[in-house]
Amino acid sequence: MEEQTDLRYYAKVHSFESLGTVDGPGIRFVIFLQGCHLKCKYCHNRDTWDINGGSYKSLDEIFEKIIRYEAYFNSSHGGVTVTGGEPLLQVKFLIELFKKLKKEGIHTCIDTSGIINLTEDIKEVLKLTDLVLLDIKHIDSEKCKDLTGYSNKRELEFARYLSENGIPMWIRQVIIPEITDSERDIVSLREFIKTLKTVEKIEFLPYHTAGKYKWTELGKKYELENIREATKEDIVRVKKIFNK
Amino acid sequence: MKFQEWEGFKTGDWTEEINVRDFIQKNYTPYEGDSSFLKEPTEKTKKLWEEVLELYKKEKESEGGVLDIDTKTISRVASHEAGYIDKDLEEIVGLQTDAPLKRAIMPFGGIKIVEKSCAAYGRQVDEDVDKIFTSGIRKTHNDGVFSVYTPDIRAARSSHLITGLPDGYGRGRIIGDYRRVALYGVDYLIEEKQEELDVLNVDDFTEEIIREREEISEQIGALKSLKVMANKYGFDISKPATNSKEAVQWLYFGYLGAIKDQNGAAMSLGRTSTFLDIYFERDLKNGTITEEEVQELMDHFVMKLRLVRFLRTPEYNELFSGDPVWVTESIGGMGIDGRTLVTKNSFRVLHTLINLGPAPEPNLTVLWSTRLPRGFKEFATQISTKTSSIQYENDDLMRVTLGDDYGIACCVSPMKIGKQMQFFGARANLAKTLLYAINGGRDEVSGKQVAPKFEPITSEYLDYNEVMQKFDQMMDYVAKIYIKALNAIHYMHDKYAYEALEMALHDREVIRTMACGIAGLSVVADSLSAIKYAKVKTIRNQDGLVVDYQIEGDFPRYGNDDDRVDKLAVQIVKKFINKLRRYPTYRRSKHTLSILTITSNVVYGKATGNTPDGRKAGEPFGPGANPLHGRDKNGALAVMNTISKLPFTEAEDGISFTFAITPNTLGKEEQEKINNLVSMLDGYFAQEAHHINVNVFDRALLEDAMEHPEKYPQLTIRVSGYAVNFTKLTREQQLDVINRTIHERI
Repeated sequence: MEEQTDLRYYAKVHSFESLGTVDGPGIRFVIFLQGCHLKCKYCHNRDTWDINGGSYKSLDEIFEKIIRYEAYFNSSHGGVTVTGGEPLLQVKFLIELFKKLKKEGIHTCIDTSGIINLTEDIKEVLKLTDLVLLDIKHIDSEKCKDLTGYSNKRELEFARYLSENGIPMWIRQVIIPEITDSERDIVSLREFIKTLKTVEKIEFLPYHTAGKYKWTELGKKYELENIREATKEDIVRVKKIFNK
Repeated sequence: MKFQEWEGFKTGDWTEEINVRDFIQKNYTPYEGDSSFLKEPTEKTKKLWEEVLELYKKEKESEGGVLDIDTKTISRVASHEAGYIDKDLEEIVGLQTDAPLKRAIMPFGGIKIVEKSCAAYGRQVDEDVDKIFTSGIRKTHNDGVFSVYTPDIRAARSSHLITGLPDGYGRGRIIGDYRRVALYGVDYLIEEKQEELDVLNVDDFTEEIIREREEISEQIGALKSLKVMANKYGFDISKPATNSKEAVQWLYFGYLGAIKDQNGAAMSLGRTSTFLDIYFERDLKNGTITEEEVQELMDHFVMKLRLVRFLRTPEYNELFSGDPVWVTESIGGMGIDGRTLVTKNSFRVLHTLINLGPAPEPNLTVLWSTRLPRGFKEFATQISTKTSSIQYENDDLMRVTLGDDYGIACCVSPMKIGKQMQFFGARANLAKTLLYAINGGRDEVSGKQVAPKFEPITSEYLDYNEVMQKFDQMMDYVAKIYIKALNAIHYMHDKYAYEALEMALHDREVIRTMACGIAGLSVVADSLSAIKYAKVKTIRNQDGLVVDYQIEGDFPRYGNDDDRVDKLAVQIVKKFINKLRRYPTYRRSKHTLSILTITSNVVYGKATGNTPDGRKAGEPFGPGANPLHGRDKNGALAVMNTISKLPFTEAEDGISFTFAITPNTLGKEEQEKINNLVSMLDGYFAQEAHHINVNVFDRALLEDAMEHPEKYPQLTIRVSGYAVNFTKLTREQQLDVINRTIHERI
């Protein structure tokens, strides 16, 4: 693809998943966009970081693919979820895609960290978004920086923007033993969420190492080597603290 | 009313003629509720099931997994004395021989198989019995077939171009309407058959008429034997069943007679649960039975179906994985008047998977319609997520041509109950056919000239048009040989191993289909795609035979909802059935086609060399219509979209898709998983797909079961069109299952 590729009509894609059941309501067609600026130590899609990876797909091609799953969206009240990578890095494309999807009455969802500047483009795509899966990296800004390379300042701003503009969101928090599961952090997460008006659901996702092999394959060092996977008990404990 | 046993039933055509469908339509009670009425197993059931589990254990520890063989008695409808598991506990009685899990010999299909099977399990066929068949006193089906096979058929057979042919064993895939035994009693059925004989008393006494008269006489004989068999258990089944227990018992006796008479490749049960529900409802209303007792009857009935055994060779078991019988029971569906055919008993029969734990048999098959009641959809999918023991087939699709009283034989073969039968025809190996096309009819493994010699491809790189033209010619040849072989087989089967009892439970005029099949569809589609969209270089041995291929560039792969390659698959299916249609069939049966390999995809793959899609020699094919393992990169629904493009109208004998998913990929919460699975099935079948096996398990579970089989005696998984006990598979088959795509999201 040449450099002058019109980024409104082409996206850098890592892969597609036709049966997404854990990224939003119902059955989702999931688009994994390539490229992420964050450096989350626990990332299970390490292979989606490199902005030079993946391959260009046209808007029409992607839209044609999606349309083939309408029967499943209809029967399950599902739709399309874009994730990545950081999907909002390709916001111009998302605006065009979501316009088309909205025209077809297809539910749209973005899975993001929210660690991004609230540009006019971002605001525009959010108008076309039915649901945001907001992955809170860490409620403690310092720890967030250590974990992802970025402070959580923009992430929290992003959440407040969604709240003020009536955009529904599901908050997600990956529970990583010793890193995101302290009582203090869970409590401040709760207090932060309390200030938001459009949170429909809160999901605590147990940290797992199933994506570790991707780091090894890319010859990268996996820094959380000594951290164990989260268990059901961890999640129960966190929920208990959260609901206190 | 003709019979007092019918009291309380609404009359109709069924009271004047044999018409089970009309009886059901006039009398059944659709059920749109949920599963909350279901009952746990009774003490009696638990105790009896314990005893069965104990028997299973003994069976597994016995040589070759065969507990015992009656090597003396040639199995017939009434050949053996009564047998019991534990007489005092059994609500429903009847075994194939005089003891549970003791196998019978059925030599009419072929004595060699019987001899070989006995030898494999450390036994020997009784000398006197053996002599009858080996000294020419009585000819078998197998003898008959091989006395007429031509050299070209033999060559195609031994080179695995056409495989799995029922020429040495019973063909099966015929469903007797066992419900008739319960509804009408045997005497009335005999009377009707006598009348049919009168109809055939005509002046134009042709070969056809004579054959039919002989067959009906055989049928009458079989029905008389059925009464004798029931008598040994203390029942007189001359008259209709009077109550719930008798209805189940009579129906089971009908089925038992069939499996004593025939060792068919698939001995399916039909569509019985809603029929039985009518009896249960009548008794529940009268207060003569409780829900616990009804469930007990169903549990005991199903236990009997789980004890069905045939004597087969280890090679046969290797081909089909374990010991399948295909006691297929078709459940649910919608009536043509718009009412659902789901009854409370549709729930009860599925509930046996909970009460008795999962099992491969009976082969429980849900006839899915997008209009099925929500409660039933949720219940069935919930049982699927717990047991991986159910398959689903598209009722909305099949009802169009088959009405609302059809059932599935074997895995995916639909037929009108009591009105239609098939001539089972196994499969042609189309992947091998493609290789023959490239090599001018020579076998890529042996180098032998199997098909007639014609110009092979000599270029270094394969040209799509040239390959297609030669492939077309080679398919022509295979279609011709295939139909020749099947005509010979079914002529002889009718002559030497006629299914008298099963056919006695059919109308006189039946629709017959010639059920051909394809193996290796996804390999062919990918190979053609590679040739068309990438560059495929041939690699030859010193004789110039192409033995391997090198692919340069990328190509679309079957199973990703990519029309470029999916259309090639559709085209091959249409081409092949049209070629088959050009050759006349035995008894003017209608040509049909299935895309189903059962588990023979492993064995067929073993016999097939390197293919142009990059699949290595000996590697398994994808099962049924599945993509080749690991080639699907866009998730489960993309595969389902690909499969749903295959036209059922051209493959009316069924299109099988086996699907596996990890529990967590299906959703987070229990209810979410159920909702998602329901939506998937609705979406899939709305696109006119035909069949799906649903497996929900983690790969780690299977790996553990391989190492510690003793921990998983009842672990059941769905393979192509039926279910198997995982620990009974060969190690090779276990690995094949584990290596298959298990849809997983991390």
